[in-house]
Amino acid sequence: MEQAKKMNMKEKYNTMTGDLAWDFSYKTEAEIFPLSDFEGIKIEDWSKWQDPFRLTMDAYWKYQGEKERKLYAVIDAFGQNNAHLGVTDARYINALKIFLTAVTPLEYGAHRGFAMTGRAFPGVGAQVASQMQSIDELRHAQTQLHTISQYNKYFDGLHDPFHMFDRTWYLSVPKSYFEDALSAGPFEFITAISFSFEYVLTNLLFMPFMSGAAYNGDMATVNFGFSAQSDESRHMTLGLEVIKFMLEQHPDNLPIIQRWIDKYFWRGYRLLGIVGMMMDYMLPKRVMSWKEGWEMYFEQNGKMLFDDLARYGITMPKFWEQSVEEKEHLTHQLWLTFYSYGHAAAFHTWIPDDSELDWLSEKYPVTFDKYYRPRLVYLREQEKAGKRFYNPSLPQLCQTCQIPMVYTDPKNPTKRVYRETTYKGDKFHFCSDACKEIFEHEPEKMSQAWLPPHQIFQGNCGGATIPDVLKYYHFTENDGGEFLHSRDNANWNMWKGLTPDEEAA
Amino acid sequence: MQVDIKSLSIKPLRNTFDQVARFTGNDKSASRYLEATIGVQPEINFHYQPLWSKNRSIYDKDNTVIVMNDWYRLLDPRQYYYGAWTITRSKQQDAAERNFSFVEKRNMLTTLPADLREKIINVFVPIRHMEYAANLNNTYMSAYGYGVSITQAASMCAMDRLGIAQYITRIGLMLDGNSGDALKTSKAAWQNNPAWQPMRQLTENMLTTKDWFELFVAQNLVLDGLMYPLMYQSFSDLTSASGQTSFVMMTEFMSEWYEEHVRWVDSVIKVAAAESESNNVQIGKWLQKWRTEILQVLQPLAQEALGGAAQVSLDAAVAQLSARTTKSGVN
Ligand SMILES: [Fe+2]
Ligand SMILES: [Fe+2]
Repeated sequence: MEQAKKMNMKEKYNTMTGDLAWDFSYKTEAEIFPLSDFEGIKIEDWSKWQDPFRLTMDAYWKYQGEKERKLYAVIDAFGQNNAHLGVTDARYINALKIFLTAVTPLEYGAHRGFAMTGRAFPGVGAQVASQMQSIDELRHAQTQLHTISQYNKYFDGLHDPFHMFDRTWYLSVPKSYFEDALSAGPFEFITAISFSFEYVLTNLLFMPFMSGAAYNGDMATVNFGFSAQSDESRHMTLGLEVIKFMLEQHPDNLPIIQRWIDKYFWRGYRLLGIVGMMMDYMLPKRVMSWKEGWEMYFEQNGKMLFDDLARYGITMPKFWEQSVEEKEHLTHQLWLTFYSYGHAAAFHTWIPDDSELDWLSEKYPVTFDKYYRPRLVYLREQEKAGKRFYNPSLPQLCQTCQIPMVYTDPKNPTKRVYRETTYKGDKFHFCSDACKEIFEHEPEKMSQAWLPPHQIFQGNCGGATIPDVLKYYHFTENDGGEFLHSRDNANWNMWKGLTPDEEAA
Repeated sequence: MQVDIKSLSIKPLRNTFDQVARFTGNDKSASRYLEATIGVQPEINFHYQPLWSKNRSIYDKDNTVIVMNDWYRLLDPRQYYYGAWTITRSKQQDAAERNFSFVEKRNMLTTLPADLREKIINVFVPIRHMEYAANLNNTYMSAYGYGVSITQAASMCAMDRLGIAQYITRIGLMLDGNSGDALKTSKAAWQNNPAWQPMRQLTENMLTTKDWFELFVAQNLVLDGLMYPLMYQSFSDLTSASGQTSFVMMTEFMSEWYEEHVRWVDSVIKVAAAESESNNVQIGKWLQKWRTEILQVLQPLAQEALGGAAQVSLDAAVAQLSARTTKSGVN
């Protein structure tokens, strides 16, 4: 028998992907891939797309099937052993409430967004990479639901996450962030999510939640976090490959991509403020402070990454210095905000105990004792006197990031930042120069934002009073407010046989 | 103090998520499938008008003319959420791997009779391009469809089709000891042979179909419903009649997959058609339109693959499809 010339791995993988496509002749490429060029990104040659994993579907199934078997074995065991009682204390569950209502819907959004790019890009390599990430993201949403399902049976605030995501004032922060990307074209979406989010910022999302879970006895969450890790490393690699590919294809792509990087860095950073607040205030056993996390994952690792991209002309995202200047203030201001709007949130808030306040003093030596500790101590005294503070008004939100306008100027920490601009006769308000600039670049799009307070005033959220609105959100009387008075706390003490005093000690 | 938690009776506050309880009408503990599926997609209060559409939201019921009161009712009878799907496929790929190495070890493909080998290269292997189009079509349904029940199943179907395209590619590679020549010949047939051109034209047309539910009918119900019986039943029978078992072995994944695919597709059609008279009429119209076109473009291919048995095989495929759509209640 004649010995045929065998293909190498790369050629073989190409027969499994790129070679499946053909030269269209009955329809044009523009008819079949109509969304591929309206954003101005120029791709000369899709065949230059290099898949770093060369994963065929049979290998994908084999590998992922193995992981799912292990993952669900642990979830099953978790449900059978009342393992929800193994966490440090019931305050920890509030981190999970934020995760399920704010992060799990984003996993789902990523699933759909990558389905869109998986259909929109004209190159098979980019299609397949998108589609695999799409189905991975479905996995993440579903494994999170299946894990947290057990907690939902015993704790409040987890019972209606997707209804809440579509409506609630603070969940419009993640919702609008992701919809900004989903409503853009395929290249902007993949830059936003694969690069700016997965590659630059994802460590700051996953490290706090997963290490937080490990430190706080939540082995179920650790389990899905670990299981998702190998998916994440594929996604991060894709994020970098995507950026390099676009930059190598045409010099005109650089300014467009830089602007997307700037925008989604800033919006992602604003979103992560909520995670930072969780790290500093909500984990009974702390992993690291927000400030330490930002220094390690952004100022050091992120800087290295951008140094590496300098040869393509990419620079550090605009306004990154601002994020560094704010790092000693951010989480305290946010926690105080959520504390005062605690009656309108689906998680509990509280004042840290003395040892926790000491930890914060140590981690934030420049700001905490000076600006924040006295306020927290005062609020605690008020609570003890039966005067738990709640702010009865509606917060004003930043038009872009939709965080309440509470951030101060780091150079003058008692002065809140107010920026505004006028578009088509209407005034719009911003928390920062960065948010204002994002708006001014795309005023038509950004002015459309569904701002919860405005919607409440316009009567679109169930009524004019707070109880009406909470009903519209499907919040029950047990979902929000002070942790000390919560059903979660009462049940926890009962289950653990603790009196409230022992618990607090 | 050590508290024996097992001695305490810890009563759950609720048994499932509210969105699932609303769907089933009760708060009984729910299956993994339902908890992974029901109500997960955002529905209202979208922030920005998509730059890619002047008049649609990110998720929009109007992306099809089919109307459902509750899109979540298009449930998957296989109850596939990601975990159930991927575990099932991982077992099937294990079996496929064993079949492929069995055939490879015995050089069963390189010793095929020349005429059968030619036929496989020219009429069967080009189907990898159709499977690639099926991958894009199902990705489209997953991207622009409504409600997780159908969109997640479309997403899995898209990945299945990529897997099938890759299995066919492997068959193509095995036909010539990995030189890639058979794949080149087969792709040239798809691109230029007169028998393939009507099908290629139809495939390109399908890739520009805008209504995702119409695409579901065209691709998953009609095209698959005629092409799979033709290839994996009639053509497969023909290869085994000549004493060759290799083709049957190497396409076992596809045959098994198709049986399962039919269960999903028929169930979706049944629920959508039963929803309203207008849905039923619309699905019937699409069915007729695509069946007529697809039958026409299949003629020359059936001829080439099956020769004298072409008409009988096509008739059998049409009968199978009619039986299915009648059972699904499409008028
Ligand atoms: Fe994810
Ligand atoms: Fe802002």
